[in-house]
Amino acid sequence: MTNSAVRMTGVVKRFPGVVANDGVNFEVLKGEVHALLGENGAGKSTLSNILTGLYRPDEGTIELNGSPVVFGSPKAALDAGIGMVHQHFRLVEPFTVAENVILGNPETPFVIDTGTTAERVAELARRYDMAVDPNAKIWQLSVGEQQRVEILKVLYRGAQVLILDEPTAVLTPIEAEALFRTLRAMTAEGRTVIFISHKLDEVMSVSDRITVLRGGRTVGTVNTRDTSTRELASMMVGRSVEFSRVVRQSPADPGNVVLSLTNVNCEDDRGRQALHEVTVTVGRGEIVGVAGVAGNGQRELAEVIAGMRSSTGGTITVSGNEVPNGRARAAIAGGVAHVPEDRLHTGLAAGHSVEDNMALKNYRTPLLSRFGLLKRNVITSQAGDLVSKYDVKTPDTATPVRLLSGGNVQKVLLAREFSTNPRVLIAASPTRGLDVGAIETVRGRLVEAADSGVGILLISEDLEEIMSLADRIVVMYEGRLVADIPASQATREQLGLLMGGAKMEVTR
Amino acid sequence: MNSNIFIVIAASAIFYGTPLFFAALGGVFTERSGVLNLGVEGMMLIGGVTGAWASLHVGGSAWFTVVAAICIAMAAGAAVAALHAFLCVTLKANQTVAGLSITIFAGAVGLSSYFANIWKVAENPVTRQIRKLDVLGLADAPIVGPLLFNHTILTYASWVMCAVASWYLFRTKIGLQLRAVGESPQTADAMGISVVKYRYIHTMLGGALAGLGGAFYSLAIVPTWVDGMTKGAGWIAIALVIFGFWRPGLTLLGAYLFGALQSLGTVLKSRSYDIPGDVLDALPFVMTIVVLVLVSTRFAHKRIGAPAALGVPYEREER
Repeated sequence: MTNSAVRMTGVVKRFPGVVANDGVNFEVLKGEVHALLGENGAGKSTLSNILTGLYRPDEGTIELNGSPVVFGSPKAALDAGIGMVHQHFRLVEPFTVAENVILGNPETPFVIDTGTTAERVAELARRYDMAVDPNAKIWQLSVGEQQRVEILKVLYRGAQVLILDEPTAVLTPIEAEALFRTLRAMTAEGRTVIFISHKLDEVMSVSDRITVLRGGRTVGTVNTRDTSTRELASMMVGRSVEFSRVVRQSPADPGNVVLSLTNVNCEDDRGRQALHEVTVTVGRGEIVGVAGVAGNGQRELAEVIAGMRSSTGGTITVSGNEVPNGRARAAIAGGVAHVPEDRLHTGLAAGHSVEDNMALKNYRTPLLSRFGLLKRNVITSQAGDLVSKYDVKTPDTATPVRLLSGGNVQKVLLAREFSTNPRVLIAASPTRGLDVGAIETVRGRLVEAADSGVGILLISEDLEEIMSLADRIVVMYEGRLVADIPASQATREQLGLLMGGAKMEVTR
Repeated sequence: MNSNIFIVIAASAIFYGTPLFFAALGGVFTERSGVLNLGVEGMMLIGGVTGAWASLHVGGSAWFTVVAAICIAMAAGAAVAALHAFLCVTLKANQTVAGLSITIFAGAVGLSSYFANIWKVAENPVTRQIRKLDVLGLADAPIVGPLLFNHTILTYASWVMCAVASWYLFRTKIGLQLRAVGESPQTADAMGISVVKYRYIHTMLGGALAGLGGAFYSLAIVPTWVDGMTKGAGWIAIALVIFGFWRPGLTLLGAYLFGALQSLGTVLKSRSYDIPGDVLDALPFVMTIVVLVLVSTRFAHKRIGAPAALGVPYEREER
């Protein structure tokens, strides 16, 4: 084909213990938006890191515009016209937008002329319909604006091929729409866009063609207009996956209250009131979903119940016993388990081994320690049992948690939390960032726990998740619970309105 | 009028502050690249002893000898700094430990004392030293004479260096890229800037300036070699980098403030004020502690902008 922009053939990349890319074939045509679709760990990021010169492939060839190339560094790839917009931005926070854009550009003069540079950057931004002030400092910008700076950086360097790694993960729907318009403006000029994602809907709406990766191999490339989300989903996971309301083995018992909050108030990190008179109960075996747009007090709610944050009023009881304010150890002793949204920082000690992390909650018990000395052999064997019970994929229990994939990290966390036989589980965004298979596993574990009588407060932004798992749904808006609805009566539309702050009679 | 105590202290603050500024300016460059250098004290002493050796052994005119001594001291400081860069950048060692080891290895009762012994520099006073100049014959002019026109050539050089360093850091492309390496090496690397190269060069530049500061002690202040003669000036320089918010201009002011504290003892003693000498000698270090406590508050950290990647080795292919 003459109009091929990038062609990667038989690319293999091995890391210690894993083959991240196992003979990937991938071809992108000039002027198209080409989606690279796959679960977490399918090899998308590795493939793009090879294309941008960060990793060197162990085998395989790369052709750019029909001629073979070898990139020794990101600079070499950039010079050849391949630019990457990373999922985690590569920006220098104290610098201005313009300074970030000109950074490392060989055409920047030795003495920087701030005015001219800002003007050129502003002009480029206007051309692609991106609103951003070239003289603003990065830390002053919203996430959406920071992403525009990333795009400007690669455009300024004259990139003909742009790779965007899960660009919408951090965007609001409106910002995502604006991004899609920008991408269209770029392909209209003949530039090529590689769009990495695991979201089916946006891949369908933005791309011309789609290549699906699974387990480090190419499953196939399809034309977007000839395919469907259902077909893509089954290509992605290798089987068809349906999300529907789960079937419970034993029904919830909302009358038998295990967790009860009465008029709870608390402040956020900046001292502003984050929870306003929150009152909610969770019954034995009941899953109560907390829906809401992030930042409406969900994090503070979870932390108050887990004893990580002091309330400024109200009471919290677990199985009828009041939990002392702001004491995590007392909350644990009272039967509260907590799966925080930030798994690797709040949930686990990322650099510690799987077995140490699994012992973190009950190391004080006579089972795991005596006279303050740890029983290493018991800790190891406990971890071994949990690893096999929860199907954690890890080379051994001495492996640091940070080396595991997202799904396995979450399994370690769930295993530890359930190992203390809690009465109440607070789960904050438990499936965020996980791939489809891991999501299924985690949800299965939650339902299993509820069946065994644990009361679960499921805090999630994912309406699909809440509607399929919860027995009852409450909605948080600006620190208040604005609705309490049985899940069987809730509709997406109604919840979406409530999350957006629309007024409604609370059905209680 | 020029014997007024404030003018005397101000003039000697500039004199004593000059080597502190050299070492601290070196620290600004090194830390801006993201490398923490706690080996400054050791590098200063190595500069001091090699400078003293050169002034005793390099022949030629007095000017040539002094210039050669300065160059040799700077090269020696840079060589020790190259070792630090190798440990921190190439081997990705813990930078605190590496820096402390270098001070212990190269400093007092270490390599510098060893060189002094085998070269026998301590036994001979340095005759070809760096002397104060009488610029335009204005050295005795009231007030401005001692403050502006009666300094060593190195003090005048330090003023030029201060201006050039500010321009380099904040107006040039290389300065921008240097700061990017210290703030976010991942970003710099992705934009094709060599983190390793920038860190090596600026660590060695820092070492050269520390060596220059050391030579100022053995060629101008003392002026001869005495074991451990910098007496902790390297540590003050490290505090000065923070005190100066990683900016050359503020660092110069800070250096003169500490220079004033250091000279206070000498000046007050010569005027028979009855203050114990130990108390006066301790002043710069008390001040160092106060400064470090103040800038260590969370507020200060947010505001003053330490390079975000300071002290963190950069690894590319983490997985």
